[in-house]
Amino acid sequence: MSEALAITATRPSTRDEEWRYADADYLASADPARLTQWLEHAVAPGETERGFAVIEADSKSAGFVDRLRVHVGKGGRYEHFVINAGGPYARCELDVTLEEGAHFELGGVTLGGGEVRQEIVTRVIHAAPQCTSNQVVRAVQWGRSTGNFLGRVEIPKDSQKVEAAQNFRAILLEAGASANAKPELEIFADDVKAAHGAAIGALDEQAGFYMASRGIAPEAARKLLVRAFIADAFVAISDDELREDMLDQALHFLEGVEL
Amino acid sequence: MLQIDNLTAEVAGKPILKGLSLAVNAGEVHAIMGPNGAGKSTLSYVLGGRPGYEVTGGSVTLDGPEGQIDLLALEPHERAAAGLFLGFQHPVEIPGVSFVQFLREAANAQRRSRGEEPLSGGAFLKLAKEKAALLKLDMDMLKRPVNVGFSGGEKKRAEMVQMGILDPGFAVLDETDSGLDIDALRVVGDAINTIMRQKDENGPGKAVLLITHYQRLLDYVKPDFVHVLAGGRIVKTGGPELALNLEKEGYEAVAA
Ligand SMILES: Nc1ncnc2c1ncn2[C@@H]1O[C@H](COP(=O)(O)OP(=O)(O)OP(=O)(O)O)[C@@H](O)[C@H]1O
Ligand SMILES: [Mg+2]
Repeated sequence: MSEALAITATRPSTRDEEWRYADADYLASADPARLTQWLEHAVAPGETERGFAVIEADSKSAGFVDRLRVHVGKGGRYEHFVINAGGPYARCELDVTLEEGAHFELGGVTLGGGEVRQEIVTRVIHAAPQCTSNQVVRAVQWGRSTGNFLGRVEIPKDSQKVEAAQNFRAILLEAGASANAKPELEIFADDVKAAHGAAIGALDEQAGFYMASRGIAPEAARKLLVRAFIADAFVAISDDELREDMLDQALHFLEGVEL
Repeated sequence: MLQIDNLTAEVAGKPILKGLSLAVNAGEVHAIMGPNGAGKSTLSYVLGGRPGYEVTGGSVTLDGPEGQIDLLALEPHERAAAGLFLGFQHPVEIPGVSFVQFLREAANAQRRSRGEEPLSGGAFLKLAKEKAALLKLDMDMLKRPVNVGFSGGEKKRAEMVQMGILDPGFAVLDETDSGLDIDALRVVGDAINTIMRQKDENGPGKAVLLITHYQRLLDYVKPDFVHVLAGGRIVKTGGPELALNLEKEGYEAVAA
């Protein structure tokens, strides 16, 4: 097989399910290695590890794809917290395999305006019994931006007593913004608890007026409401300071935004 | 202190207020009663500037700390800074935002817009504790998200804690008495008197518009005038005895 052919064969396109909301132009032009390679990481049995990522917009590049593959050993725990404020196209992808009794926790936020397209994409393989996962993703979009969450959960036949939860909510601050949720559950074991929920809406207007009636200006009210909304994604950060820091970093991307 | 002239307003294209006029002087309490759907809550929302409540005619002026203002020309949050407070018939729940955070933000936003120094965290908490105690509301409740999981009566008491902290010049209280138990009614009545009827020699004074369906709150907060609002206008005005007559005989008989 010639090399050129191998590349066309592996380059993803928006026809692939997990790339369906991606930026087609970027996929066609990007270095295919960026789109197909993984950064590999292993969490040793019984260990707990935590990853934090903040993706900022970069107008000099057409896209950014971050792919992390994590293997969590027996009884281990991996927590990942990400703020995806990137663009024009920014994708954070996680591929997690859980051994017996292991746990995966995801707290993700997409935040963007203009024409950006931001994604958080996960695949969680519950490879053994009694492993658990919890994923909370919040999207705050304005302008003509898009925030996507594609979450795939795989529970093979012998993985009994598994619990997998996914929750996605999006707030569209302006009429041109959009969000997509695509949960995908592949469950072959029968003794499992799998829950997923998704909701897309606008900022609560009643709460906005209630706050205004107390003297809080619209911009400050929006900030309080967005902060409360995003906070859901970071409740699992046990350290108060780290949690506040992630919240502040996320809100920082809303600063100076005229809505 | 508040002067409403021939106010007309509509909601979703439907006229609700149809030429409402009312004058409230500093130091006075006015009660507004009236049948369901008469436009009482609409009046409070229009005064507060709620989006979707469109004023189609008339005027409203309020005596604020800096003299007389055209209330309808201000944004909702500016009206609050000018001294207007709305007690909501249905207080709004705001998950994820604590009362303490919310009220500190509100109090300081109002202070800043009046050119005053913001309150420090400590000074604010002291004030909040004092007002929570006045309403016999456990301070721990103010650490919870705004109104979330509060009972109907607790929400109404929390409204009055907010009023105490924000210390407005003019309050429109929409059915603050509904949902309160007998003891809470007295506590709330006393608190309204404490917060809104104390003499303020420096300012323009204070006044209250009490929207209610029943006499019972008026036993504690004695109104100077009672108005009947029906069909989007004030159709009858009287003294405290009007509320008693209404209670006995109903709107049809008294305000027809
Ligand atoms: N969004 C809306 N669209 C259409 N009609 C509305 C809307 N909001 C209020 N109304 C109508 O406006 C009228 C006045 O309502 P309002 O809430 O002011 O009554 P109220 O006097 O406060 O009644 P209550 O004593 O039951 O509280 C009602 O007929 C109501 O149905
Ligand atoms: Mg009402």
